[in-house]
Amino acid sequence: MYNFPGFIKQAPIIRKTDRADICLKVHTVSLSFLSEDIRMKNEGKSAQRPDNTAFTQQRLPAWQPILSAGIVIPGFLIIGLAFIGIGIGLFLTSQTIQVQEMDYTGVEKDSPCFRCTIPSNLNCTCEVTFSLSTLFTGPVFFYYGLSNYYQNFRRYGVSKDYNQLTGDTRYFKSRSPEEDCSPYSYDSNNNPIVPCGAIANSIFNDTFELYQIINGTKKQVPLDGRGISWWTDYNIKYRNPSPVNGSLAKAFDGTVKPINWPRPAYELDLTDPNNNGFLNQDFLVWMRRAALPQFRKLYRRITDGDYAAGLPAGNYSLTVHYNYPVLSFDGRKKVVFSNVSWMGGKNNFLGLAYLVVGSLCVVMSVVMLVVYAKFKFSDDDDA
Amino acid sequence: MTWTNPLTLLRHGWTRHWNPDRPVRTVVSNLPFEDLKKREQPNRRYEGNAIRTNKYRLWSFIPMNLFEQFHRMANIYFVGLAILNFVPVVNAFQPEVALIPICIILALTAVKDGWEDFRRYQTDQQLNNTPCFIFSRYEMSYLIKRWKDVRVGDFVRVLSNEIIPADILLLHTSDPNGVCHMETANLDGETSLKQRKVVPGFSSLGEPFQPQTFDSTVVCENPNNNLNLFKGYVERPDKRRTGFGIDSLLLRGCMVRNTDDAAGIVVYAGHETKSMLNNSGPRYKRSKIERKMNTDVLFCVVLLFFMCLIGALGHAIWLETFSSMPSYIVPDSNGNYTPSVLAGFYMFFTMIILLQVMIPVSLYVSIELVKMGQIFFITQDVELYDEELDRRVQCRALNITEDLGQIQYVFSDKTGTLTENKMVFRRCSVMGTEYCHEENAARLAVISGANEEEEVTIYQQTKLPPLFPLEELQDVHTGDKNHANTQVTAASRRRSKVAAEAQSDMETVVVPDRKLILEVDRQMASIQTGPYLDFFLALAICNTVLVSSVTAQRQRVRVNVADLAGAERVGDVLRALTHSTKTYSVQQICQKVISSERKVKSGLSGSEEVCYEAHSPDEAALIHAAKAYGFTMMERTPHYVTVKLPDEALLKFEVLDILTFDSTRRRMSIIVRHPHTKEIIMYTKGADSAIMERLGNVFSDCCSKIKCVEQWCGWKAVCFSLKVISEQEFRAWSAVRQEALSAIEEKEERLMETANFIESSFTLLGATGIEDRLQESVPETIQALRRAGMQVWVLTGDKPETAINIAYSCKLLEHEDLVFTFSTNRKVLQCQLTNASVPEQSLICVSQPVSSGKLGCIGLVIDGPTLSMAMSDELVEQFVELCKHCRAVLCCRVTPLQKSAVVKLIRQKLRVMTLAVGDGANDVNMIQAADVGIGVSGQEGMQAVMASDFAITRFKHLQRLLLVHGHWCYSRLANMVIYFFYKNVAYVNLLFWYQFFCGFSATAMIDYWLMIFFNLFFTSAPPIMFGIMEKEVSDSTLLSLPELYKRGQHSEGYRRSTFWIAILDAFYQSLVCFFIPYWTYNGSDIGIFAFGTPMNTVSLFTIILHLAIEIKSWTAVHWVIMIGSVLVYFIVTLAYSAICISCNPPSDPYWIMHKQMADPMFYLVCILTTVVALLPR
Repeated sequence: MYNFPGFIKQAPIIRKTDRADICLKVHTVSLSFLSEDIRMKNEGKSAQRPDNTAFTQQRLPAWQPILSAGIVIPGFLIIGLAFIGIGIGLFLTSQTIQVQEMDYTGVEKDSPCFRCTIPSNLNCTCEVTFSLSTLFTGPVFFYYGLSNYYQNFRRYGVSKDYNQLTGDTRYFKSRSPEEDCSPYSYDSNNNPIVPCGAIANSIFNDTFELYQIINGTKKQVPLDGRGISWWTDYNIKYRNPSPVNGSLAKAFDGTVKPINWPRPAYELDLTDPNNNGFLNQDFLVWMRRAALPQFRKLYRRITDGDYAAGLPAGNYSLTVHYNYPVLSFDGRKKVVFSNVSWMGGKNNFLGLAYLVVGSLCVVMSVVMLVVYAKFKFSDDDDA
Repeated sequence: MTWTNPLTLLRHGWTRHWNPDRPVRTVVSNLPFEDLKKREQPNRRYEGNAIRTNKYRLWSFIPMNLFEQFHRMANIYFVGLAILNFVPVVNAFQPEVALIPICIILALTAVKDGWEDFRRYQTDQQLNNTPCFIFSRYEMSYLIKRWKDVRVGDFVRVLSNEIIPADILLLHTSDPNGVCHMETANLDGETSLKQRKVVPGFSSLGEPFQPQTFDSTVVCENPNNNLNLFKGYVERPDKRRTGFGIDSLLLRGCMVRNTDDAAGIVVYAGHETKSMLNNSGPRYKRSKIERKMNTDVLFCVVLLFFMCLIGALGHAIWLETFSSMPSYIVPDSNGNYTPSVLAGFYMFFTMIILLQVMIPVSLYVSIELVKMGQIFFITQDVELYDEELDRRVQCRALNITEDLGQIQYVFSDKTGTLTENKMVFRRCSVMGTEYCHEENAARLAVISGANEEEEVTIYQQTKLPPLFPLEELQDVHTGDKNHANTQVTAASRRRSKVAAEAQSDMETVVVPDRKLILEVDRQMASIQTGPYLDFFLALAICNTVLVSSVTAQRQRVRVNVADLAGAERVGDVLRALTHSTKTYSVQQICQKVISSERKVKSGLSGSEEVCYEAHSPDEAALIHAAKAYGFTMMERTPHYVTVKLPDEALLKFEVLDILTFDSTRRRMSIIVRHPHTKEIIMYTKGADSAIMERLGNVFSDCCSKIKCVEQWCGWKAVCFSLKVISEQEFRAWSAVRQEALSAIEEKEERLMETANFIESSFTLLGATGIEDRLQESVPETIQALRRAGMQVWVLTGDKPETAINIAYSCKLLEHEDLVFTFSTNRKVLQCQLTNASVPEQSLICVSQPVSSGKLGCIGLVIDGPTLSMAMSDELVEQFVELCKHCRAVLCCRVTPLQKSAVVKLIRQKLRVMTLAVGDGANDVNMIQAADVGIGVSGQEGMQAVMASDFAITRFKHLQRLLLVHGHWCYSRLANMVIYFFYKNVAYVNLLFWYQFFCGFSATAMIDYWLMIFFNLFFTSAPPIMFGIMEKEVSDSTLLSLPELYKRGQHSEGYRRSTFWIAILDAFYQSLVCFFIPYWTYNGSDIGIFAFGTPMNTVSLFTIILHLAIEIKSWTAVHWVIMIGSVLVYFIVTLAYSAICISCNPPSDPYWIMHKQMADPMFYLVCILTTVVALLPR
């Protein structure tokens, strides 16, 4: 009827190639399943048939745990016995650990350190004596302990600058005052504090000397301060700034010490030049914050000389250089001598807990057995 | 909902402002204005044909996507937290770190949205650039342009098998009769062809259509989404108006079939086309669990509030205890200490940040994932796959899978849902004599028997054997003819399965009743007229069936037929032979094959084989019945119907008018002029009641006829009647009718009036009984549903007798049931019935406890008019009360609107979960009103499926869908939700307990990254897997014990108490997980994060093992995911603490995990804590 030579010829091309596609594309959004249908039909009769596999038909071989008495009672018994075993082991281990603990806060008037609690009394030294009736087997670990001290306080925890502590001198001075360290970033003269922050500022600064009293004379017990911090902290995480002209002090030029510190960081240990700066062992120990308000931290180990095998029985005197104030927040300070086993320090709780839970399991299995037997027999009676 | 661009909305608003009071759209041809600028175009205000369904553009993606996302409460919560963290006095973590969760969630969602949108964009582009023909005045011909260039007022030409680019008013077709066929499968899934007519007066036969001469104005309604309604008129320059309706409109997205080319003027384009307006996105429903869950989330918020309050108060009091500030309390940057009350106030917000995980935001994401998995498994279920239709169950609503497990009321349609809706002609009654068609019944029995026995392989064979003895096989050709027919049917089935289904042999071939055929022959021979002939003529022409000749079929599926002709025929014949008892020599077979091939080839030139494409299966059944008696409808055009009589004579009736079927009138008529007598005859067919009430002169035998019809209560009765109209009468009526046709307002009402006017005082010709057979396993399914505690209602438009019969046969009603039937059809009775039914109802309520013991079951049958009375305000309470006590309720003669009203009523008054299942357009309302709508994709098109949430193919699938998948989905999801709450509370409480030991300073002892990972990776996969794959009871158990379903109905899987028990459990476990490590490490030299590591590990073990105890069936997938989660935890944590030397201050995780894992205490703590935490279980 019409004379469109060009177009008539083209029409079949559209029809053949695009028809199926167009048909699919119309309203893909809402009718896609229909077009899908149509396409499937073209492909074959059963194209829509779902795969008959175990997965799609939810017929995967399944293991159905049935908690029958036959499994539960022996299970409980085994768990209970195992726990009792572990508990006995833990408890006995814990019992072998010797602990010598002394509070030297000086709250009581008769306490040797009472006079040091008066705030005006600077550079106070007091002496705590104790005696050991048996050999305190070594290696002996020497801890200081604090209680009611919240190292886990959130604002306290963030108050440090890791970039400084990795020895990056760029962060020594050019820091904005709004940093985490504030208000321990700058002193009153606006000099940058290094290391900054509340944690560093509040470092525990009591020092101790231990003497064995042999026939009235004091024999100093050598305390080993090496390796008391985490190996990773000392070797990887914390770095000193590279010394300028061979002097660590020069690297700290233009900075001031934290307010509470008696000496700057590069002079923390006058006896050992390698134990200074951010790699000071006591500093590292302090920087690893305690989890709970009652904690202890490793101070020294007794490993050398005559005391390598432990502290022999006898009288000892501990000289405390009392600097750290704790009474304002009702805190306590103590020193702890302890040896360690594979399970760490003395801890009766875990062993007892295992024993209790283990016996509970055993008791429960017995009860269940009784109940089960009763029901079983009554079932039998019915039958 | 389709999303509309704000700009578009603005433009819409502007347009409306521009012509505020114009209810109609006026379209004139664009051609005279072709060279004008856009501003001067008359149709400029109408939208162009380019569509854009993507929401975002490149530049606006990020802001708009964020805007969209912030509509969700959860995201706002997250952002609020992140902002809070930037306030220095309250921040709990590094501000940047707090952005991580919100960023991850936003980014994931944005990527997902972006991808979907890009896909839409690509689709749009392809659509917009599809070529089409637009007429140009300069070239005086059609030019190839793109879809996006089509504008309203353009003339567009569509070739056969092309997709229509816009809504086009049909003005010309290549068909001499001015018709055009259109396949709407893309629109509604119906594969049957729809016939469209040229607007009257434009189809000048044989003349080329010249758009440039089109000078009329098209006036039509404004764009709407009604696919079945369109009205308007064409106004000529001389003010002559011609009306048109939906049957002149070619719809965008449909395909032109069987017509070489069609042309017309575009009236709607782009987003204003009917198909685009109908294009609503996936439906979003909120499930019951989700609603409940949201209240529990609120409980969590309250819990969080209290915990934060405790933290704040604790902090303030703790600060008060210090007389002077210790060195570990850090003052602000000016060196001042915040007052303790203020610090406590700040701490409240810090606590919110710290404990934010309490609100399980990840739950929403997980639920979506779980539902995707559940839907995957439902659609994969091979038991719900329909071999015949090649269709599996479809989940159209993505988020109500678990509602399937909580259904209490099932509302079902009857026809097509409970029954096959494959109509079989069973008997007829002409002039009061009944013809039983027993042979036909016998044949059907044989076929169905064979089908059951040997299923698919025999499927093709069964087509033939019954035919051979019946056709007597006197000459080979007869058999071959049938043979060819079946071949073609088989081929066409491939393309239009649904349509072909109705025509499959069982329905198409009717064995004539001998008595009746004698009677017909006698009349045929003697007088050429008479009631018998009229009856069959009515049967043949009074319908809307389309005839597509074999030729047309071949055109469409040429390749298939050619392939089949060679290969399959031989095999087919061989198989047929082996089956039948007749023996043929090989030679004969070869002859047969050859002749049949010849026959197929010659079939091109108008053979006798015709294919009918009927809209409804009963029309198909009737027309095939007529064909069996020799009255074959050969051709149907808008103006003529040609029928071949038994004596091979062709009768060509002129069609004067067709009054189409609608559900209120329940009948259809065709007005024709008899070719010989020139009488104007109206043939009417309709439901028995619709015809009976309008019979003109009541014959004496009328009563017997009615009785006869009444007896066929199991079958659908269709009555035929005739009316001879005088010339004047018709002319008068015709004028009124024309006026009504061109009316724009109240067109339907006026058309209905005219139809009702002419359809009166018929002469009854006869009645046919059509059987609608029950689908397989319907009684079993109904019983199973009922045992599962569901109330099953049947809502049908059929008459009560049929409905009751079906109800008995599908065991909805038992014979010992007490059945109340409420029915009335006179308004006068209303008062009486009202009074009568009230005491009756109260009586039932009283007697219920008594009767439940003995009788047990009460059935209620109520019909439409009574129902509307019962649902009136004063009676509705009693009605609902009564229904509560009924075991089965049967509503007959209800309209679609009433169906949905009933569903809504029950849903609202009884507060129950409802499910509606139906297959036809009349069920759409009901399906949408119910909590869960299920569509049965059957014979009546796809409208129900389109509206449904789930689409199944057989009613029996409902059993498995509800009892198995519903139960599974429900229990899985309920358990998962509970577990999620538990998990978050258990984990967060660890942090909470720690606050008592850090001065309520909101310190976390677990690294923040690990906390995020904990929720994101370590503990997310197991519950999702749990939600998708858990199987506490096997499907066979669920099917054999439907009572198990009641657990879901009463929401036993997820109650408030379950929630609180889970929360208490979480509290207990977190206490154990915190305090055992606490007592172990108290007083030791452990660092914060070294202390947190075992806790994190312990809670991981506890949480995973807790789930392990919950899991009832372990598959390989379970093992892999559970063990994988633990492994991932250790690997990630180890890697993290090995790599991260000084990252993420203050938590410095470096080497902590390694150090802990080298410590035997760590393992001892882990073992003990896990065992103690889980011991109560």
